[in-house]
Amino acid sequence: MIRGLGVLRTFFQPGLRKPWLAQWAFPALALLALLLAPAVLSGFRMGLLGKFMTFAILALSLNLIWGYAGMLSLGHGVFFGLGGYSFAMYLKLEAAGGKLPDFMFWSGLRELPFFWEPFRHPWFALPMIFIIPAALAGGLGYLVFRSRITGVYFALITQALALIVSILFVGQQPYTGGTNGITNFSAIFGFPISRPGTQLALYYVTVAALALTYLLCHWIISSRLGRLLVAMRDDENRVRFSGYNPAILKTLVFTLSAGLAGIAGALFVPQVGIVSPSMMGIVPSVEIAIWVAVGGRGVLMGAVLGAIVVNGAKSLLSESFPDIWQYFLGALFVGAVLVFPGGIMGLFRGEGWRPRWGWLGQVRAALGRKKLADSQQGGMLKVPAPGSTSSPRAEKTRSP
Amino acid sequence: MISIFPKKPSSSPSAVRASPAGSGPILSAEKLTVSFDGFTVLDALDFSLDRGEMRFLIGPNGAGKTTLIDVITGKTKPSRGRVIFDGWIDLARRQEHDLVRLGIGRKFQTPSVFGSLSVFQNLEVALGFRSSLGAQLKSLGAQDADRIGATLEQVSLTEQVNQRAGTLSHGQKQWLEIGMLLVQDPKLLLLDEPVAGMTRRERDRTGELLQRIVQDRSVLVVEHDMQFVRQLARKVTVMHMGKVLSEGSMEDVQQDPQVIKAYLGHGKQRPVKAEGEPEPAAGTSSTSLASSHRSSASATA
Repeated sequence: MIRGLGVLRTFFQPGLRKPWLAQWAFPALALLALLLAPAVLSGFRMGLLGKFMTFAILALSLNLIWGYAGMLSLGHGVFFGLGGYSFAMYLKLEAAGGKLPDFMFWSGLRELPFFWEPFRHPWFALPMIFIIPAALAGGLGYLVFRSRITGVYFALITQALALIVSILFVGQQPYTGGTNGITNFSAIFGFPISRPGTQLALYYVTVAALALTYLLCHWIISSRLGRLLVAMRDDENRVRFSGYNPAILKTLVFTLSAGLAGIAGALFVPQVGIVSPSMMGIVPSVEIAIWVAVGGRGVLMGAVLGAIVVNGAKSLLSESFPDIWQYFLGALFVGAVLVFPGGIMGLFRGEGWRPRWGWLGQVRAALGRKKLADSQQGGMLKVPAPGSTSSPRAEKTRSP
Repeated sequence: MISIFPKKPSSSPSAVRASPAGSGPILSAEKLTVSFDGFTVLDALDFSLDRGEMRFLIGPNGAGKTTLIDVITGKTKPSRGRVIFDGWIDLARRQEHDLVRLGIGRKFQTPSVFGSLSVFQNLEVALGFRSSLGAQLKSLGAQDADRIGATLEQVSLTEQVNQRAGTLSHGQKQWLEIGMLLVQDPKLLLLDEPVAGMTRRERDRTGELLQRIVQDRSVLVVEHDMQFVRQLARKVTVMHMGKVLSEGSMEDVQQDPQVIKAYLGHGKQRPVKAEGEPEPAAGTSSTSLASSHRSSASATA
C-alpha cells in the first residue's frame, strides 16, 4: 500500500518550483469531494463534516504560524472561541427577539450590558469575529515578541492565555453564560437555524471559507513574505541582522492567524448550536496542535487533512469504542511524533514512514554515540531555544 | 500601510553616500565602555576605521573583540562613550535591524543561514530588506535576480543556487552568509571569524573574496587565524583587556613588546589559537602569534 503511494509521491516531492498540476491537484480533488459530500451524506454526517471544516480553517491558521513561522501557539482555542462568542452574541440577541437573553435573566441581570448592545446588528458582529481575536493577538503578540520571547516560553504564555480566558468566561456568568456558554439559537439572518436548507447553506459557506483561507495562506507562504516567515523559523537572529524587525513581522502573522481562527469559530457556532468556555481551554488548544502535527506541519494541505482525519477518527472511534477511544487518539499522536514526523503529508512527500525514533536518537546522542544533528530531524515538538545567536537548529528544520 | 519596514530618510544607500559626512572615518568609537555586572569588557576604548579600509582585529580570548562588534551592530548598548557611524549616526540610539538599513552588515561566528531555504531564497530574503510589506507579497524584479546572480558568482555558489542551504558544507555556508551581506551592499562589513573551520583552499578563496569586496566598502575582521591575517592585513588592531593595545602593520604589532607580553601573559590569558590550522611549533611555543612571528623571522633570516 505504501508502495502505491509512490505515484503520488512524484506530485509531492519537495522542490523549489512544483508543477502547477501537482500543486493544485490534491486541493482541487479535496474541494470537489467537499462540494459533492452533501449528496451522499446524511444530515448528521454532513453537519459533522461542516464542523470539521471549521476545525480545518483553525488548523490552517495555526499551521501558518507554527508550521511556517515556527511559533507554537497553545492558545489558539481562545481565538476560535472569541470569534465564536462574537457571533453567538448576535445569534442570541436575534433569538431573544428584543428581550433580555434567558441566561442573563437567570443570573439576575435586568438590562442588556452595554457591550452586548452593538451585537444586535450583524454588520457589527460580523467584522468583530475577526477583529476581537486579532486585536487580542496583536496586543499580546507585540508585547511578547518585542521582549524577544520565543519558542517554549511563547507556547507557555499562550497556554496561560487559554487558561485565563476560559476561567474568565466561566466566572462571568451574567455576561458570558458561564460554563454552559451561549446556546438555544433560533435563526440566522432571519432563516430558521435548524432547518436543513439553512444548514446546507452554512455547509457551503464553510466550504467557501475554507477554500478562501487556503488560497490566502497559499498566497502568503508562496510569496517572499512566506520565505521570510520560514527564515524566521530557521534563524530569527539572522532575520533581525538582515534588516527586518522580527517583532513586527511575527505580530502581524500572529494577528492574522488569530483572526482566521475567529472566523472558524464563528462558522462553528451556528452549525453546532453552542459556544462554551470548554472550547477555549488548554485541552482543545493543544488538540489543534495535534491536528496540525498529524496532518503535517508546514504543508497547507496537511493542516486540512489533519483536522478532518483526526476529528473523523475521533467521532468514528467514539461511536465504536466509547470507553477506550481516547487511547487511539493518543497512539495517533505518539505515532505522528515517532513514526511519521512529517505527518500524513510527510508520507506523501516521502519524508518518512520509516521510524526515526527521534527521542531514542537524543538519548544516544547524550551518550555520545551519535551526533545530535542527525538524530533530531524527527523531533516534532522541537522548539528553538530563546535568544540563541548561533543556529545549529537551522540544519534540523525540514523544508516546508 | 503599516510601516513594518520604516522608511528612514537615510534608507537609500545613495542618499547616505551623498550625505555631507562623506569623508572622515566610517566608524569611530570614543571612550567606549561596556560593563556587565561590574565586569568591564570594553574599557574606554578609542577606535577608528577609515572608509575603504580592511582592518583586522586580533587579541586573546576575552579581549572584547566580539563585544565591540556587538556594540557596533546594536546588540549591546555601551555603558559609557559612544560610537559614531558614517560621521553622524550615534549607534547607541538604534535597534539592530535599523543599523542594517543604515549599512552595517554582520557575519556571525558560527555560520547562520536559513537552512530550509535554498541558496537563492536566502539571498532573496537578504536582498528584500528594503521592500515594504506589500512588496514582500510580490516577486523580485529581473534586476534583483541579476544582482543575486552576480553575488552568487562572487561567493562561488552559482552551482548550488537551488540547493537547500542546510545541506551546504561549512565553508559554503560561510560564503553564503557573506553573500547575504554583500547583496545588501553595506557600507561597513563586520566579519567575526570568517575562515574558522575552513580548509586551506577555502581559506585562500575567502581571502581573495575579501580583497575584492573591500574595494567598495570598509571591512572589519575579527580573526584568530594568524596566517590568514598576515596574508591579508595591511593594518591590525590588537585588543587586550578591553583596550587597544597596539595598532599598525602585522610586523610592527608582532614586535611590540606590550603585545608579546599580553600574548605570553602571566599564564592567565589563553593564547590565541590558529583555528583549523595545524600548529607546527605547537610543542615548542605557547602562542601561535609568537610562533608564527618566529617562523616568519626565521624565514627572512
